[in-house]
Amino acid sequence: MKKGNKILASTVVTGALVLQGALSNAQTGTAKEVSIETIRPYKIHIPQADLDELRRRVLATRWPDRETVNDQSQGVQLAKLQELVRYWGTGYDWRKTEAKLNALPQFMTNIDGIDIHFIHVKSRNPNALPLLIIHGWPGSVIEQLKIIGPLTDPTAFGGRAEDAFDVVIPSLPGYGFSSRPTETGWGADRMGRAWDVLMKRLGYTRYVTQGGDWGSVVAETMGRQAPAGLLGIHINLPATLPPEIDKALNDGGPAPAGISEQERAMFDALSTYRKSGAAAYGVIMAARPQAVGYGLTDSPSGLAAFLLVHPGFAKWTYGSDPQQSPTKDDVLDDFTLYWLTNSATSSARLYWENMGRAVISATAQKTADVSVPVAITVFPDDVYRAPETWARRAFPKLTYFHEVDKGGHFAAWEQPQLFTEELRAAFKSLR
Amino acid sequence: MKKTKNILAVTMLSGAMALQGPVVEAQDGPNAIRPFKVHFSDTDLKNLRQRILATKWPKKETVNDGSQGVQFATMQKLATYWATNYDWRKVEAKLNALPQFITNIDGLDIHFIHVRSKHPNALPVIITHGWPGSIIEQLKVIGPLTDPTAYGGKPEDAFDVVIPSLPGHGFSGKPTTTGWDVVKIAHAWIELMNRLGYKRYVAQGGDWGNAVSETMALIAPPELLGIHTNMPATEPADISKALASGTVPSGLSADEKNAYQQLDFFFKKGVGYANEMSLRPQTLYGIEDSPIGLAAWMLDHDVRSYELIVRVFDGQKEGLTRDDILDNITLYWLTNTAVSAARLYWEASQNAKGGFFDPRGVKIPVAVSVFPDEIYAAPKNWAEQAYSKLIYYNKVDKGGHFAAWEQPESFTKEIRAAFKSFR
Repeated sequence: MKKGNKILASTVVTGALVLQGALSNAQTGTAKEVSIETIRPYKIHIPQADLDELRRRVLATRWPDRETVNDQSQGVQLAKLQELVRYWGTGYDWRKTEAKLNALPQFMTNIDGIDIHFIHVKSRNPNALPLLIIHGWPGSVIEQLKIIGPLTDPTAFGGRAEDAFDVVIPSLPGYGFSSRPTETGWGADRMGRAWDVLMKRLGYTRYVTQGGDWGSVVAETMGRQAPAGLLGIHINLPATLPPEIDKALNDGGPAPAGISEQERAMFDALSTYRKSGAAAYGVIMAARPQAVGYGLTDSPSGLAAFLLVHPGFAKWTYGSDPQQSPTKDDVLDDFTLYWLTNSATSSARLYWENMGRAVISATAQKTADVSVPVAITVFPDDVYRAPETWARRAFPKLTYFHEVDKGGHFAAWEQPQLFTEELRAAFKSLR
Repeated sequence: MKKTKNILAVTMLSGAMALQGPVVEAQDGPNAIRPFKVHFSDTDLKNLRQRILATKWPKKETVNDGSQGVQFATMQKLATYWATNYDWRKVEAKLNALPQFITNIDGLDIHFIHVRSKHPNALPVIITHGWPGSIIEQLKVIGPLTDPTAYGGKPEDAFDVVIPSLPGHGFSGKPTTTGWDVVKIAHAWIELMNRLGYKRYVAQGGDWGNAVSETMALIAPPELLGIHTNMPATEPADISKALASGTVPSGLSADEKNAYQQLDFFFKKGVGYANEMSLRPQTLYGIEDSPIGLAAWMLDHDVRSYELIVRVFDGQKEGLTRDDILDNITLYWLTNTAVSAARLYWEASQNAKGGFFDPRGVKIPVAVSVFPDEIYAAPKNWAEQAYSKLIYYNKVDKGGHFAAWEQPESFTKEIRAAFKSFR
């Protein structure tokens, strides 16, 4: 089945153009890019048959036996996964999320041969700062839904009018409703260039970029590319590992001499992290995305288990703490999006494209070449807590560094209020 | 579904015992050896077929080779054949024509094939499979090993063969607690041979089978005369260091250079599957729920056996047939052992002191056959350094990781030659 056959892209041109406002006049690209058809309004409608099929598969899951340990050290525990999957097959309702997404202005535009899906919400404030937010794996635009209101409409969420942002939230190529690359080459460099085309196509000549996970990598890449109008970036999984730390970790050796207590603590934590196998999911996707992909594409429970193995979910309570964000429904929204758009394999290919460059290594990510201002928020439960000393060494123009007291890898999803406040503070000087 | 519901252990004592010859194994008590037959229900087979036909597929890879994993075209050909032409009942009959048994060792049911030779002085050999293999890999060598005169050999080439299913694999039980690592398996195999009454025997293996055989050799019970390996662990320490640092050492011989390049490729590009299973086996729910997911995962072992399998599904004649490949995958599927088998990697990584191919310091006699398409072709001088009593070393001209399965004839010849001195 082709994705194009399954999703109704309604072409309500009139309504959508209103949302584009004056921006369509401000194009700076080529004549082709200026063409008004290049940005099409987009609505999601998954056929009922697809939802029925998902439910059927979920309920027909063939399970392995229970893990031989009493913790998560072998992967997602059977009992927890079964409970989540049972809810997926009985109580969960995709239509709620579909309605939530369709209540937002969504668009599709073709960049460099790929249909890019994006959410674009403009603030009422005419001086709002345009902000591009890039998700990662195993995330999607679903991660960002809770911050759209606070960012675009700050006065309704404890902020001031001058805190306002216009937000652009694309789905990465191969993820969600964006189309899947059919050729190699869609790594961070190409994505970074595509996002600048997107912002320019929307008429934004001054903008900032934000990202965590792959979003950090792509934001840092854009920081190196430094296209005209990119005022700065904010990242929450920054590449700060200094070369000597990187080397010591790779060699499995002791920590380099002369580092601070905080740096040593971080070194030890990273060393433990590597040995614990928490990054195995990334190794296999980098090596053989297609090998792991078949099972994930054909088995919803398998897909859920594989997405849940990301360390970002290590402290997730599977919904048993109803106060915790993301909720069970939030997480299943994300997983269902991967399932319905058949993006398990295509999303995994980004790891293959990355060619093993360590996401948090300053050397691998060439952070010394990031020439735009950089703002960093460290969320304590992320896969590592970048010490400020490392961040200062890595980024020549570090304009903001703050470690907050709660939140983890999916910062926008887990702590939307705090995340919003961070973005407001981080980009204040760039307005 | 529990395995016990799926498999009928038929207790046709008379028929089975006739094959046992003079040694009568205990039928009662904790050491009982029970005859075993394989039978899966039609419902299980129908369910498998339905799942294959209902596969939800990813898109084609974005490259024109296997560098992103098993290629879409091969998987589609495999799926079509699996769902339409493939017949599990054939291999089920083949298995049930062999004397199979279950015995409980250390709390776990161990399944094994046990075929005695009609020749009185046959040498007992325990042959251990690996991942992604099973006892299916060894079926073609049973005849030549036990009945040499029917296969171009001499009576004095005869072996009694014992072919167990590793814990968590095939028809053996699945450990429900940790601890079933290679060392525990090695002890269990020694107990198995003891229980079968063998006072002098040899061990053979590749892949995990090598690890188990070498570990048995380290334990070195007096009954174990020697081992034969087709995936020896001989990687010298300076080579490991060079591989880690990426600096190719100078002065390597042609064989060493070849082995170095093979290992370099394996560690850089080929080891993802093992990494995942070593670290998070329980994450692989998808391959327990999706036959095509399982097949793709199992095909992606080493690059040369993968290429061979691609050729097989392209219709070329090779050492393996489509049925061979699917017999093995179907066995994993029907026994629901994708994850339990993967846990052996996790177990091994808990106490890992070195890499897959680091020498273990085996002191008893070792025989090595090098098949050129194995993950790496061990040079003779590496084997000499790794094994203080290297009694046999030979480079075979054809064959790869699944040597017994793919090249049964030369594999048999190798085993005969390797163990000649123990007769």
